[in-house]
Amino acid sequence: MRKINVNKIKKVVSELCIEANVNLRRDIYKAILKALKKETNRRARSILGILLENAGIARGESRALCQDTGLVCVYVRIGQDVKLVGGDLKKSIDSGVKEGYKKGALRKSVVKSPLLRVNTGTNTPSIIYTDIVKGNKLKITVIPKGFGSENKSKLEMLNPTQGEKDIISFILEVVKEAGPDACPPYILGIGLGGTFDKASSLAKKALISPIDRQNAKKHLRKLEDAILKEVNKLGIGPMGLGGKTTCLGVNILEYPTHIAGLPVAVNVGCHITRSASRVI
Amino acid sequence: MKKIKTPLMKSVRTKLRCGQEVLLSGTIYTARDEAHKKLTELIRRKKKLPFDLKDAVIYYSGPTPMRRNGLFGSCGPTTSSRMDKFTPILLKESLGAMIGKGRRSNRVRDLIKREKAVYLLAIGGAGAYLAKRIKSSSVLAFKKLGPEAIYKLEVKDFPLVVGIDSSGRSVYK
Repeated sequence: MRKINVNKIKKVVSELCIEANVNLRRDIYKAILKALKKETNRRARSILGILLENAGIARGESRALCQDTGLVCVYVRIGQDVKLVGGDLKKSIDSGVKEGYKKGALRKSVVKSPLLRVNTGTNTPSIIYTDIVKGNKLKITVIPKGFGSENKSKLEMLNPTQGEKDIISFILEVVKEAGPDACPPYILGIGLGGTFDKASSLAKKALISPIDRQNAKKHLRKLEDAILKEVNKLGIGPMGLGGKTTCLGVNILEYPTHIAGLPVAVNVGCHITRSASRVI
Repeated sequence: MKKIKTPLMKSVRTKLRCGQEVLLSGTIYTARDEAHKKLTELIRRKKKLPFDLKDAVIYYSGPTPMRRNGLFGSCGPTTSSRMDKFTPILLKESLGAMIGKGRRSNRVRDLIKREKAVYLLAIGGAGAYLAKRIKSSSVLAFKKLGPEAIYKLEVKDFPLVVGIDSSGRSVYK
């Protein structure tokens, strides 16, 4: 058994919260740069240029990329040969979030009850997903999720006899509805299969993978390419003011499902979709 | 690029055209969901507002906390449509302009036309870039709301695009 002190986890979570909010992901930076080269619309080009400038300022001056520093989702993959010592895992994660948001001067956007709406003042609680895997390591991924894009995310329970075509048209509807509101160009995380809740959690998880990494499954790779192509035909463009660049990347995750269903969830991510990971 | 100043007078607003890029300087006030709820309640109860709405500019933004220099690290726009249900009452009180991102309801668009106001767009997700155009900031009202409080900002050459002009034309069709 390898012992890992939960204080170490707190420290890593705190650092990852700042890192994710300040440093634009490399894959996304590269995708914006690539889009800028292809884009012909004058205004779209100028906005994409400003987005790159924004990333430079944020990194150089330790500023948050966006004032909506999100509700934090934390994914912990724990090796089954790890023994956690020194306290409570969930408490250590939340105290890491609290510390990171204080140190990084990040916005506290969490309210205690969806109805009573009193700010907790610490940006906690976070939403924690744990997964037990093989080995003696622990991997933490932090996703601070902004709500401009979260609000536009959707789930549809399709019929089992529907297929790629219907999935694509559902996703096009979601993106059209998001339109200029959720900070295009978008990153789309898509979850297929499982149950009502599983599809949604897959969609969020799909936002973590780099958008320049090829999907290992050929049928999903094909669908990702088709969706990207169709979405970019919508002409929404950066800031919704037109152009070829409506979507920077599509990631799909799938899971076996029931004979009677085909759940499809789309988690809309903005052009600064954030995540940061570390292995302990 | 056209430069405009606050207070944003009707004579200036009516010259702005949808799609036009402008640089705004002067005083603007942040207000998002909770602050809108409170402002409209004050108006309904005929109470004094924390700032004069006439020809004023409201910025839909909830900034990150102030840094050591008293300025925000990041301060970009939030989604405007969430404010649509509160906007008509503010426009009827002579609000001059709003800064946000995304679409507005038809009712808001009609009232912008009737009141000769204007809706301006800032680049969403570029909060670090936009914060650098803010020269000073102070909390003005509802401090308890934290990021949702009303902040008074002095901006210099704040880059914007006219989203809905005073004749009701929208850049989003």
